[in-house]
Amino acid sequence: MTTIYLDNNATTQVAPEVLEAMLPYFCDLYGNPSSMHSFGGQVGRRLRLARDQVAALIGASPEEIIFTSCGTESDNTAIRSALAANPGKRHIVTTRVEHPAIHALVARLAQEGYRVTELPVDGDGRLNLEHYARSLTPDTVVVSVMWANNETGVLFPVEQLAVMAHNKGILFHTDGVQAVGKIPLDLRTSAIDMLSLSGHKLHAAKGVGALYVRKGTRFSPFLIGGHQEKGRRGGTESVPSIIGLGIACELAARNLEKENTFVKSLRDRMENALLERVPNSRVNGDRHDRLPNTSNLSFEYVEGEAILLRLNEFGICASSGSACTSGSLQPSHVLRAMGVPFTMAHGSIRFSLSIYNIEPEIDFVIEKFPPIIEELRTLSPYWEVGQAVCARRDFESV
Amino acid sequence: MWEYTEKTLEHFLHPRNVGEVENPDGTALVGNIACGDALKLTFRLDENGKISEAKFKTFGCASAIAAASALTEMIKGMTVEEAEKLTNQDIADYLGGLPKEKMHCSVMGREALEKAIAHYKGVPVAEAEGKIICECFGVTEPEIERVVRENDLKTIEEVTNYTKAGGGCGGCHEAIQEIIDRVRAIPRPEAARPRLTNLQKIKMIEETLEREIRPALRQDGGDLELIDVVGNKVQVATRGACASCAAVHLTLKDFVEAKLKELVSAELEVEEVSQ
Repeated sequence: MTTIYLDNNATTQVAPEVLEAMLPYFCDLYGNPSSMHSFGGQVGRRLRLARDQVAALIGASPEEIIFTSCGTESDNTAIRSALAANPGKRHIVTTRVEHPAIHALVARLAQEGYRVTELPVDGDGRLNLEHYARSLTPDTVVVSVMWANNETGVLFPVEQLAVMAHNKGILFHTDGVQAVGKIPLDLRTSAIDMLSLSGHKLHAAKGVGALYVRKGTRFSPFLIGGHQEKGRRGGTESVPSIIGLGIACELAARNLEKENTFVKSLRDRMENALLERVPNSRVNGDRHDRLPNTSNLSFEYVEGEAILLRLNEFGICASSGSACTSGSLQPSHVLRAMGVPFTMAHGSIRFSLSIYNIEPEIDFVIEKFPPIIEELRTLSPYWEVGQAVCARRDFESV
Repeated sequence: MWEYTEKTLEHFLHPRNVGEVENPDGTALVGNIACGDALKLTFRLDENGKISEAKFKTFGCASAIAAASALTEMIKGMTVEEAEKLTNQDIADYLGGLPKEKMHCSVMGREALEKAIAHYKGVPVAEAEGKIICECFGVTEPEIERVVRENDLKTIEEVTNYTKAGGGCGGCHEAIQEIIDRVRAIPRPEAARPRLTNLQKIKMIEETLEREIRPALRQDGGDLELIDVVGNKVQVATRGACASCAAVHLTLKDFVEAKLKELVSAELEVEEVSQ
């Protein structure tokens, strides 16, 4: 059975060009870039190229890039560094829909005595800017707001938010893990101080990421050790992965247009067809300010895990924000923050495409998906042939 | 991805007995859409009182669908009395086991069965009433007590896996811990009553008579003597005031036998013999 991979916000395939660039650095050019001999030195020079490539994609200078092991490490480094550099201030502003790398981190910081404001979002997953402005106080150290939401693809106006923070002398960090490589971004023209990115979300290997830190930003390292990354991140560089990340960034820059035309058109075609063919369905999140590859749909009166396992029988890979897939018994925190009704939240499916998807795959999904929902609805006590009979009395009493 | 058994996946992909029985003898809807799963069970009895038809409708994940499908297969051909004895563990076992985080699916099956049988009998379900402990998922104190007792649960996490209680805001964790402590402090009936050898049983009967029963009788000028133990029949002879008391059979039944049942074995019966 062939695999139809529509779960690219979870992880992506390594691009063949990326793998090809990585391979020599395992067995042949395995030197340590910090070594004094030229066998290691040549590797160090190659890392400089990778740093240039990453910087170019996001409009940064090479010295503003710190290589890390993943997006989570970048996020942790950014926030901890901001706090360490401003010991007098105790307030952090973020949102209710962040990735766990920020969400769980600020929960820990709250236990450590920091005051945390998690901004709510509206039904389409958007922030209220007045509300945001009011949350910024003289005690606020850092704001961390994701650029694009991993579940819904909804984009936050981070460039505008960063300016507002800067005007009050507050550091601004953004988790750009889902945005980098999918939408054009240029940090030269923005007030963003720190940005996290992750290799495996843009066709590089797992286990490599980067943190952008604007020149002149006070920085405190997270991993203490050797002098690598100019003393900003101890630990021998993951050379092949970093070289691969450089190539992936170069490819992403080249494919940005394809991402926003071809991928977007596949996504839109699939989304529109499914909404049209399946009654009682909807899009979760703002359809306009959204990543071009992401579609988060809900199907009333059916449960997400059941949908995923039926899709799995056809080799179709997607994900869900339902309670059963998270293991947490409640639908995803993102859908709950958006106030998605229970009848919809449990039946959410996220499709996330990439430039490697092709039209026949989308046609196949459009053909196979509606009967799955139809069949699961015949199993559902809240659905009678062709119509919802939700026992509202029953769930309103909870 | 969950580690489902082949049988679970098979029942999920090809569920048996989907739908609703026409003119059912018993029917129940448990769970609700807000909590993420719900099960409607209907069954009908044949002229011999056996379940001839059972059908389900489930809103929920793969294991919720599989557990309901399994339940309907299991109860077909059973009498109501037999079906009443099914536990959630029986449902999980039928599927070759469920991931521990999914045990609540088997509990939902057992609850639906119990509620449908109660509907058939026209009696209320004890577990459905009682104080709500978990507001997020609407789980009551008797429900939690029961799963802790029946499945030998030791931690809050296990209770959450079996009932969902405590899996939302977490505000009830303290109350759940109190229930676990309370239920586990009462030794489980099987554990407290290991099967006795005849010798042990006679020894315990003698001790109980000496310690608990004869001193009380003597206060009223009466007494009794253990003559023999035949199977579960405890033969005693009355002495003193008891020998001439018109109400002695009440004393033997309501006091002596009750004490022996409580402290030695629930199967004991007291008989008076003259010697």
